[in-house]
Amino acid sequence: MSAVKTKRDTLGTSSLRPDGAAKVKGDFAFTSDLHAENMLWGATLRSPHPHARIISIDTSAAWKIAGVECVVTAEDVPGQLTYGLISSDQPVFAKDVVRYMGEPVAAVAADHPETCRRALAAIKVEYEVLPVLFDPELAIGDAFQPIHPDGNLVRQQRIVHGDTSVDGEIIVEGHYVIGMQDQAFLGTESAMAIPDPDGQGVEVFVATQWLHEDQKQMAACLNLPPEKIRLVLGGVGGAFGAREDISLQVHTALLALRTSRPVKMQYGREESFFGHVHRHPATVWMRHHATKEGKIVKIEARFVFDGGAYASTSAAVLINGVTHTQGPYKCPAAVVDGYAVRTNNPPCGAMRGFGVVQACFAHEGQMDKLAVAAGLDPISIRLLNAMETGDTLITGQPVESVAPVARLIRETNEIPLPPDLALDANELDLPGGSGITAERKHIKRGIGWGVSIKNIMYSEGFDDYSTAKCTLADGKVTLKFATSEVGQGFVTLAPQIARSVLGVTDAVCDTIDTQIGSAGSTSASRQTWMSGGAVDGACRLVRERLFEHIGALHNIEPIRFAIEDDEIVDTVGTFRMSVVEASQGISISETFEHHHRATEELDENGQGNCHVAFAFVAHRAVVDVDPDLGLVKVVQIATAQDVGQVLNPLSLLGQVEGGIAQGLGLAVMEEIIVQEGRVRNPSFTDYLLPTALDAPVVVARMVEEYEPQAPLGAKGVGEPPCISVTPAIVAAIRDAIGKDIPRCPVRPQDICL
Amino acid sequence: MSSNEFYTLKVNGTEHQVSDAWIGESLLYVLRERLGLPGSKGACEQGECGSCTVYVDGAAVCSCLVMAASAVESEIATVEGLNADGTLTDVQEAFVTEGAVQCGFCTPGLVMAVHHLLDENDSPSELEVKEALSGNICRCTGYGRIFAAVDKVVAVRKGVRS
Repeated sequence: MSAVKTKRDTLGTSSLRPDGAAKVKGDFAFTSDLHAENMLWGATLRSPHPHARIISIDTSAAWKIAGVECVVTAEDVPGQLTYGLISSDQPVFAKDVVRYMGEPVAAVAADHPETCRRALAAIKVEYEVLPVLFDPELAIGDAFQPIHPDGNLVRQQRIVHGDTSVDGEIIVEGHYVIGMQDQAFLGTESAMAIPDPDGQGVEVFVATQWLHEDQKQMAACLNLPPEKIRLVLGGVGGAFGAREDISLQVHTALLALRTSRPVKMQYGREESFFGHVHRHPATVWMRHHATKEGKIVKIEARFVFDGGAYASTSAAVLINGVTHTQGPYKCPAAVVDGYAVRTNNPPCGAMRGFGVVQACFAHEGQMDKLAVAAGLDPISIRLLNAMETGDTLITGQPVESVAPVARLIRETNEIPLPPDLALDANELDLPGGSGITAERKHIKRGIGWGVSIKNIMYSEGFDDYSTAKCTLADGKVTLKFATSEVGQGFVTLAPQIARSVLGVTDAVCDTIDTQIGSAGSTSASRQTWMSGGAVDGACRLVRERLFEHIGALHNIEPIRFAIEDDEIVDTVGTFRMSVVEASQGISISETFEHHHRATEELDENGQGNCHVAFAFVAHRAVVDVDPDLGLVKVVQIATAQDVGQVLNPLSLLGQVEGGIAQGLGLAVMEEIIVQEGRVRNPSFTDYLLPTALDAPVVVARMVEEYEPQAPLGAKGVGEPPCISVTPAIVAAIRDAIGKDIPRCPVRPQDICL
Repeated sequence: MSSNEFYTLKVNGTEHQVSDAWIGESLLYVLRERLGLPGSKGACEQGECGSCTVYVDGAAVCSCLVMAASAVESEIATVEGLNADGTLTDVQEAFVTEGAVQCGFCTPGLVMAVHHLLDENDSPSELEVKEALSGNICRCTGYGRIFAAVDKVVAVRKGVRS
């Protein structure tokens, strides 16, 4: 008779964060908390102009300030002068020309942040201001001279699919505008670089999403072999896409190498708005053709993504946008033109949802228009067109992923609506909140829908593999990987996997650094699938070796063994032994690389199996609106999300609720306002983020349908929650006031004027 | 950047001498960079996000907005002072078990804000909780699990009392 087992935090349980206690105590070391003996502070001088020629840079006065140890400009970059994720087009420091407001021009290292500020003020840069290319439409074609040697068009992609001559009995059309959203992670950019004593290498603690990509780009710019740049993940205060590109990595390491002293750089909030890429603002035109019953027969569309001054991931964002034109609906024919362009606006790149947010805002607006034209409600039109596994996308790619779109819509619809707003509602529950400006009797309620499809993992032939090493010794598992933990909880999940596969209780994560192969980026909802697959694979290899070891000792064929709870059991005999006992005195280590299936590039007609897999979600929003004042309160979000297998219910709910809040932000408040290339609101006073009072009631259902392609049966869950909630909220506002609002975020003037 | 003056801050019951500091330094900077107390976080420098919440004479304030030198006569309490005995407070424990922590950058400030709320109001309404925490921005969680953590503490404290 076996004793009652203590609960082990295996897959499927709400295992708690291993870093939770440290984080609630303030003990967890974020990168910005690091301190080194003899440390200097670094700071960056940035361009005040969106487009200007640099006539001269005079750093002599800065050098003379007591406490200043180093001033560097483009002249001091020892290697490649540029970096970039897809194309290396962004200068480490601007040399001849600045192309956006806030572009780095120089950096200093000094004894105190205040000394740094004085040193930056003492650097004299003479600029000749140039005409600003701020209209993305002017970047297409020859209307504006190239602002970069690589030209103003970053990428163009066309999709032509099916019988494009067909026309619908119903045709609906819309022009949609999506504003520039900021990731607004709370822990601003930060790094600490410690030079090697011989000056030939550097150790860099950095808050990043992808250690090995940073290492590669830094090595080129610093003219050092990659192994001489040892990156360690410093504590990361959120990411959401904004830490995929290089920000201060090269600057910090360069200052450390030049001064032979540790250097720490940390952006303030205003600098952070200039220091990382944002979500692409976009304009999307769509024309849907349907039968008179409302079945889609063709979609025409045109996308323009404003990538700002440098390419970053614009080319991939564009592909995500155009390939998700149809949304989670069947569509036999399409003609789509997409452009990602270069302007003198702030550079844009990765943010949670990555191009699909923009496509979804447009296709969901179209579905509501189609519903009206076909005489259907928003639910029926979506059910009528709902995509299923086996359908063909407008890229010609078959949807092999589990695609429970109709079920998601039905389950969301089953969630009870919230009660009506009470006649004597507290003012904090009214749109506008404690401003006490809205009057209860003016308020109108609206309901709106949004449903989305999101590709997960990287696309277009890129092999974004992940590596993990598992070591079992004396009953304890240690896991090593370079997977960036940015708050999402991979450090919780990885030990859960080890406990499930190996039957251990004691499983810990080693330091996350570049002393193992790449894990790829913590983005594209990919780490549970990719790094989860790598940890699972490494643990399985260790299990095989453990079975061989125990089999040899006890003369049992290893193939007969299985792990049952915390024991090795002979499935056809009576032998049982705890894993802890079986692994005493031995150490087994195995490394595994997980690769997803190969994908293809798109051809000139946008055809090809370019994506790995897809995840789906449905959202229903209920809002209260004051139509006279243009104020909105999001009351409730109901959602059903396609998650594959649930691996940690608590972590999953956190991703769902957090993503919804970010989507709410894009719907009603978050926008970086850029006027002729100038950012007007780079602060948390002027860039509004959802607070506790803005948080709606979230009622979430997780739709569990095992995904056979995924190593753990689980789909990535990070991005879907923030995608279709935005159009759902905007649809609810339209429903409340009976007005077509074609843009997000919805501003008061969009409602009341 | 320094003067030869020094001043004394009383933090978590202990007096700390701050010497050779620039007089313009914020309480947040001095706590983090001079006194080795990095638990309070800086994320906006404008008093908008609450990550740097500490108590000055019992009032919850954004330490980024307080000049350190102006707090010489005050009792300052930081997140580090909550765990003098090494164990988690009920609020900290609930943040961990209810999933209120993701990246954790806002967490110390929120823990301070929740303790402050519950010290003043042992059974806050849902709206009172939301209002009390609306000065603390969390970008990861959407606040749902933070509310759950508060609810749990309130329920447990009530259970203990009854």
